[in-house]
Amino acid sequence: MLSYVIKRLAVAVPTLLLLIIISFLLMHAAPGGPFTQERALPPQVLANLEAKYGLDQPLWRQLFSYVWGIIAHFDFGPSFIYKDRTVNEIIAQGFPVTLTYGFISFLVAVAVGVSLGIAAAIRHNTFLDYLAVGVSIGAQVLPNFVMAPILLLTFTYWLRWLPGGGWEGGQWEYMVMPVIALSTSFMASIARITRASMLEVLTSNHIRTARAKGLPERKVILRHALKPALLPVLSYLGPAFVTMITGSVVVDFYFSTGGIGRSFVDSALNRDYAVMLGVTILVGALTILFNLVVDILYAWIDPKIRY
Amino acid sequence: MMNKLLLSTILSASLALPAVAAEVAAGDTLAENQEYTYWLLDAIKSMDPQINTDVEGSGIMRSLFEGLYNEDQVGNLVPGVATSYELSDDKTTYTFHLRDNAKWSNGDPVTANDFVYAWKRLADPATASEYAWYIELMQIVNASEIIAGEKPVDELGVKAVDDHTFEVKITAPLPYFPSMTTHASVFPVNKAVVEAGGDKWTEPGNLVGNGAYVLKEHILGEKVVMERNPMYWDDAKTIITKATALTINDNNAALTRYLAGELDRVDIPAGQYPSLKEQYPDQAVSVPQSCSYIYMFNLDEAKGPAALKDVRVRKALSYAIDRDTIVDKILQGGQAPSYNWTHAATAGFEMPEIDYASWPQEEKFAKAKELLAEAGYGPDNPLKLTLNYNTSENHKKIAIAIQQFWKSVGVEMTPNNMEWKVHTDKMQNQDFEVARYAWCGDYNEASTYLDLFTSYSGHNNGKFFNDRYDELMKESKTAADPAPLYKEAEQILAENMPFAPIYQYTKVEMIKPDMRGMSVNNLMQNWYLKDMYRVAN
Repeated sequence: MLSYVIKRLAVAVPTLLLLIIISFLLMHAAPGGPFTQERALPPQVLANLEAKYGLDQPLWRQLFSYVWGIIAHFDFGPSFIYKDRTVNEIIAQGFPVTLTYGFISFLVAVAVGVSLGIAAAIRHNTFLDYLAVGVSIGAQVLPNFVMAPILLLTFTYWLRWLPGGGWEGGQWEYMVMPVIALSTSFMASIARITRASMLEVLTSNHIRTARAKGLPERKVILRHALKPALLPVLSYLGPAFVTMITGSVVVDFYFSTGGIGRSFVDSALNRDYAVMLGVTILVGALTILFNLVVDILYAWIDPKIRY
Repeated sequence: MMNKLLLSTILSASLALPAVAAEVAAGDTLAENQEYTYWLLDAIKSMDPQINTDVEGSGIMRSLFEGLYNEDQVGNLVPGVATSYELSDDKTTYTFHLRDNAKWSNGDPVTANDFVYAWKRLADPATASEYAWYIELMQIVNASEIIAGEKPVDELGVKAVDDHTFEVKITAPLPYFPSMTTHASVFPVNKAVVEAGGDKWTEPGNLVGNGAYVLKEHILGEKVVMERNPMYWDDAKTIITKATALTINDNNAALTRYLAGELDRVDIPAGQYPSLKEQYPDQAVSVPQSCSYIYMFNLDEAKGPAALKDVRVRKALSYAIDRDTIVDKILQGGQAPSYNWTHAATAGFEMPEIDYASWPQEEKFAKAKELLAEAGYGPDNPLKLTLNYNTSENHKKIAIAIQQFWKSVGVEMTPNNMEWKVHTDKMQNQDFEVARYAWCGDYNEASTYLDLFTSYSGHNNGKFFNDRYDELMKESKTAADPAPLYKEAEQILAENMPFAPIYQYTKVEMIKPDMRGMSVNNLMQNWYLKDMYRVAN
């Protein structure tokens, strides 16, 4: 197992490097640059800017010094657009925010999604099942950019219960709407996957055996059915977890949380090269890490899996 | 306002006038709560006056710093750090007299050296300011050479004669020079603070300004908080105690939060003005804003389409736009249909006679068809064009409308939507046929628009060249009265139609009814927090 983990981590390094190179090249292939603007800068002013940010260097050298900055000083460079800040600072400010509301959303999505899925499976083809399936399909088809305005109108404008946005250091009332907006569709997916897989497990031989030997239904579900039923859910949760803790563009744009999610779109549109690479690397590294965590959990849950 | 100061910016004589602070109008009772919360579409990119580039940032700069002059609520020049100035006989040396009670928020006195430092900093290639061109535009001696790295930054034509006398030398007379000093990029900065703080000098706690407010919080994508600066020389007259700017990237979300009472000022999304005006007549405002919206034609020798080189075609395309429908049915925010380039409300600008402005639309369509036929286009040989526009709901709606208008005169136009940076990049490389474009004035004078179509302008993306036009614009720089020259320049544009004017902007917004001193009638939309206050209901 240990050698497997080491092997996976060793593969992660070239994977990340490849990710950096491809993103870097794609980014530079897009027309326009960080200083392209409606009123074109005079050539001399542009030249001074490019010199300051090293954009006058050949591409390979820019790439090399960027990667070297990360390896040697863990320095992801300056933002070309938010000029008072470095990429490290932007991530240090935004990531804790998305990590907080993303993690809470994840817990909510898993707790509600798994319970809903199990309940629906156990009471297969009853009113409860239809209700659970209805709710989860409803939640799935309602994208968060539709949900966010509805939440805002309901809780801020009509009911005046919650502030319409902001973060204020992470006070709970500022988190409610971001968490609902972010967790709903994940919850729906988790519920559907759990239900389907639970239904399958419940018809399998070992459950029939468990029931035949007279185990109470509660024990059958919790001890024998749940673990195998959660395997497909688990493979969904790895990438979902990363997506959630790195935030959502819609949530950050709509609720002004100041999270890192907005940086994805913002930096791409602004051609803020360093920020764009910074968040790409962050998400890339987290994805690799949590895929590994999921694989390890797999082995723990399913004794048939050995590395 | 009690002391309405009318002061022409074109005055070249010495002037000494009291500054405007929050002048509480007779009969107004101040509210207990003097906090103000307003909307920002985007995060503020920099708190450094010489680095800041955007309009929203400039609003914050005007609160944290103060330049030589300020604007009053209608845009007239009023003293800031400078109390008066003299202009030399040859009109190329300005001597500004600075007030002796101006202080930085750390208690240091504001001196002429702070301006010298800041202005040199703006020109310095090491600063690499995107607004370095502004100091070139101000025509300060050696500015261009310094930016180009040909001369050391110390040779910039600015000098501290003594602590309270700041001297500026410019290369040629520039009648609107004093009004250019209200721009954020030429606000002073404190050398000791900038040098000690390095890249971090603009962080809350480090930032030292000379404005009426100090920076308390700056959280990217969430908010900016400013509080009163007790060191400000006119603090006794400042009323708003705390201002919070909330970044909300979605205009509709911002409007909802305004309606829920979380904001005091917000823009109205397109198309919602009529209904909001009906519902909240005391809050919905539509006022002229100095920006002009056009479709630019590519006249570039190599890359421009052959058809557009024919002035008859360009005229036909412009005539065949039903501007009234665009402003009344699409934008619905009080925008004015436009037949020229300069915003009509620009100070000192006299609107020239433009023939087709007064024709009924039916006549314009008929004339367009006629011109196209003359140019050899008709049902058998339809003119085909591509329009580039950047992603925006409004641009799209206007493009679709114009596609229909042009179709009615037999022109097949394909709208081509692209992301903002791609659109801009293509325009600047003349890779377009027709392109949506808008220009906002840098200062309240017609040359901020008209200079753009000179052959030597860096922004003339359609590559329109006209010798007479260049002459007029050069002459206007030194003319005692440039208005007739501007008029003729506009007529040349109407005659040659290098672009189709479409509409002139308005600022359409919701403002809480108890807010005063909001500078809505300032065409440049330059507001000053120190002039605002809330009245008791």
